[in-house]
Amino acid sequence: MEHIVIIGNGISGVTLARHIRKNSDKKITIVSAETEFFFSRTALMYVYMGHMKFEHTQSYENHFWKKNRIDLVFKRVEKVISTENSLQMEDNSILKYDKLVIAAGSKSNKFGWPGQDLKGVLGLYHKQDLEVLEDLSKNAKRAVIVGGGLIGIELAEMLLTRNIPVTFLVRETNFWGGVLPEGEAKLIGRHMLEHHIDLRFETNLKEIISDENGRAKAIVTEKGDVIECNIVGLTVGVSPNIDFLKGSGIETNKGVLVNRFLETNISNIYAIGDCAEQHEAIGYRKNIEAVWYTGRMMGEVLAQTICGNKMQYNPGHWFNSAKFLDIEYQTYGWVWAKPKSYEKQFYWEHKSGKIAIRISYHKETMEFLGINIFGIRMRHEFFDKVLTEKKSVDFVIENLKQANFDPEFYKHYEKEIASQFKNEFPTLKT
Amino acid sequence: MKNIKTLRLIGLILFIASVFIFIVTLFIGSYSLTELVIKDTFSSKSERVISTFTKVAKERGVLGKEIGNPFSFNDEITSLLEEYNAKITKDIEIEKGLSEEEINQIFEKTIQGGKISYSKAVLESVFQNNSDKIKLVDEATNWMYSSTKNYGKAADFKNDFTNKIVDINRSNAQEFLLYDNKYTKFDIAKAAVTGPLKENKKGYLFLTFGLGIIGSLVFIITGLFLEPIAGIKNNGIYLSEATNRGWVALFVFGFLVSFYILLYFCPYYIVNWTNIVDPLKSMFKEGERASQWFLYGILYCVSMIVMGIRMFIKYRHNSYQIVRTASVLFFQIIFAFLLVEILPLFDLPGVDLKNAWPLDYNFVTDWNVKQHLDAGHLGKFMFVWSVILSLIVVPVMVYFYGKRWYCSWVCGCGGLAETLGDPYRQLSDKRLIAWKIERWTIYPIFVFAIIMTIVVGYNTYNIVYNPSNVGDSTLFGINAYKINEIYGFLIGSIFAGVIGTGFYPILGNRTWCRFGCPLAAYMGIIQRFKSRFRITTNGGQCISCGNCSTYCEQGIDVRAYAQKGENIVRASCVGCGVCSAVCPRGVLKLENASEKGRINPNEILLGNDVNLMDLLNQK
Repeated sequence: MEHIVIIGNGISGVTLARHIRKNSDKKITIVSAETEFFFSRTALMYVYMGHMKFEHTQSYENHFWKKNRIDLVFKRVEKVISTENSLQMEDNSILKYDKLVIAAGSKSNKFGWPGQDLKGVLGLYHKQDLEVLEDLSKNAKRAVIVGGGLIGIELAEMLLTRNIPVTFLVRETNFWGGVLPEGEAKLIGRHMLEHHIDLRFETNLKEIISDENGRAKAIVTEKGDVIECNIVGLTVGVSPNIDFLKGSGIETNKGVLVNRFLETNISNIYAIGDCAEQHEAIGYRKNIEAVWYTGRMMGEVLAQTICGNKMQYNPGHWFNSAKFLDIEYQTYGWVWAKPKSYEKQFYWEHKSGKIAIRISYHKETMEFLGINIFGIRMRHEFFDKVLTEKKSVDFVIENLKQANFDPEFYKHYEKEIASQFKNEFPTLKT
Repeated sequence: MKNIKTLRLIGLILFIASVFIFIVTLFIGSYSLTELVIKDTFSSKSERVISTFTKVAKERGVLGKEIGNPFSFNDEITSLLEEYNAKITKDIEIEKGLSEEEINQIFEKTIQGGKISYSKAVLESVFQNNSDKIKLVDEATNWMYSSTKNYGKAADFKNDFTNKIVDINRSNAQEFLLYDNKYTKFDIAKAAVTGPLKENKKGYLFLTFGLGIIGSLVFIITGLFLEPIAGIKNNGIYLSEATNRGWVALFVFGFLVSFYILLYFCPYYIVNWTNIVDPLKSMFKEGERASQWFLYGILYCVSMIVMGIRMFIKYRHNSYQIVRTASVLFFQIIFAFLLVEILPLFDLPGVDLKNAWPLDYNFVTDWNVKQHLDAGHLGKFMFVWSVILSLIVVPVMVYFYGKRWYCSWVCGCGGLAETLGDPYRQLSDKRLIAWKIERWTIYPIFVFAIIMTIVVGYNTYNIVYNPSNVGDSTLFGINAYKINEIYGFLIGSIFAGVIGTGFYPILGNRTWCRFGCPLAAYMGIIQRFKSRFRITTNGGQCISCGNCSTYCEQGIDVRAYAQKGENIVRASCVGCGVCSAVCPRGVLKLENASEKGRINPNEILLGNDVNLMDLLNQK
């Protein structure tokens, strides 16, 4: 029986294992050094905030794995010996495989700042980070978060629930300005201020200062400001967790290089999820996609290939979602922070300043290209279909009500949106 | 900010103080059985009951004696009732029944030289001219006359005869007997209690309910200023002693369970609590005194209103939650409470018109049906309405809207669970084993309810339309009163009350609804197989975070469906909408729509390779 070994028990590895089990009788082993059982990384924040217990982040009960004959090995992989089809573990034991899948995920970025390894400095990615944070939170007077992205704002939200004041250093002029156009970025910025987050735009970290015990006691910005704090959150993105692959013969760049079949340069080794890097980016996607959804999709696809139904990783229309404190965000298709040459955008914001949409369309063909949505829920299925069928922007505006996914009795904004659209673009037939 | 925190603390202290005072009131004052109390309690009984009871009480030295606590007092009453019943039976026996001497005379005359000849003549010779007694014994024993029955042994005859006489004596005394049950004892205790509370009911009403309401509202409303931005704020729920089965939860659990046990089984210990709400009862009818059920009704409404206000604040950003909470409050206050109090003022049965069978398990009992039939056209209509509600409205509404229309919008049990119980919703068990247990409890209870209804209904039908067929009130060998009593005790009291609500802080707020309620079972079957309701999963947006499952009060593992892109179609879903509310990615929506595609198991979620999705989802 063929033995499939998967390094990493995150969403990619576990999805892969489940699908292989559905389609075959192969022996499956998942190796992880982080936790014994799969948990949802995105939910770690809720454990800290007291919304859930850690066990609630586990999607499958512990008996699930045995029942589905998926072996779990709770050990760190020291190195991959591809010539011998085996893994050397931290305790020097050897695990043989027939096919190996690397789904080792990411690690938090650190950009060589002085003091970045002090006590009190942490990223937010692993379960262990949460344990460290829990410990640091006792008696913390202030936290400084560096990096204006999704993990940063989650960390800020977490700390606020423990009444720890937060200073947030953001490199750009607006929050998540590399991804969000100005309207949306400002909307989120206002919401953060409303939550009493001390937002500092265009501010970079210079160094972290230690106290006599090797603990962070303050940070210095490039502008020379000193901010006293006990916690420093470094949330400046993540990069593939592939250090253990050095010398394995597996071709890597930032991540493990793979083709569209998620194959590495070695025939029986694959890589999926955060740690996989496409030789060539797919469409507008990045070469490395550290996103929950893409990790899952790669797992779904690779299972087919491994079970003999060779299939390319061919993701559909881009979508993503997040929650910024109290404001939910969804996006379907592509809306660029700085519009591309062919692109035109329509932005509507509710007078509350907390609900907004931005629709992107082709300025000549009028084809709908994408939407950013804040504070309204919309149907994935609707936009997937609209994008596939290349519908026009006015079709979308006209049928926006069909897309609405808010709970019953919620206020609807489609009319307001349509009327603003008509005012701004009187030439369109809507 | 600081002032608000102080105010919040004061609110909490006031609330705790009110609970403390409420508990202490049970021990306030003393109990004294006076002639007046006896007269008052047994005013509907005959003069003889009152005088004999007074006499027995005097002999025992209980009359007028002050007893400091309800426990010793009720012990006295228990012995007193026993003694009274013994005495009155004896008295009546002497007066109307057959004395030992008379029985011996009959035996002597009947059994002569081993031969048994029993006839009316024997009675006439023993009782001489007492035609009443002749008639009495004749009617009871004429089947034993030698002309109809042949006794071989004297012992057999004696045995039959003695049994019959015991019956006669007992039935003679029947109208004077006092049952040693919770109702009699409650009435006595309620009349006998004296002390400051009885003198100043309104004052205590303020100190308990008044302070409690003020304190809890201050606590709840100051929260609005501490969390001024609307949104899901479940912060610290699993870090709190109150909501994560900590010591606060254990205390609340102890209080609730004790309360239900006292309420259902020993109301005579809590007459002081009912006295507190007497002033409210007399608003409906001058001079009426509150029963334990009135107390329960007030507590129920107050808890729901206060905690309903909490829900309005907590979910002020969520219209579905606001409308739904307003709806349960409306149905509780108007239908379950006010109408129940008001209808009897118009000589109509005081029933809860929204309570559908089989949750309403007394629906076809003889007393309930008779009560309706005796109340004119409107009373009869009310009975017909109950039938229509249970057999037509319930299934049709479930088809269109799912069982949520009842469970989360109308039902009293659901209403309490969604308001008072909301802080405990996360405690429901999500494991597969719990789902298995659920199916092994709720459906058998539904079957039990159906069998009970058939047996009781058959008996009631006979009583109303076919009295000659009543017999011993059994069907399939099951006694109608017995099965009704067992059901009421096990399901109605223990499961729905003591476990259903008492265990909120331990098992979560919908234990009864999930594991016990036969109406939920009935609607659940329809919801699962023939309904337009479902919780739609939004394509591939789920991140498996688990908030939905954690906050599902029914213990449904919502995430298991959502992360597969599959709609949630489950018999147990009560449609509270909280999974959708707590979802951080907008993945879940409660919907009523076409039955087509309602159940949509997916292997590959939306967003992946179209060919792969077609390949695996269609097969």
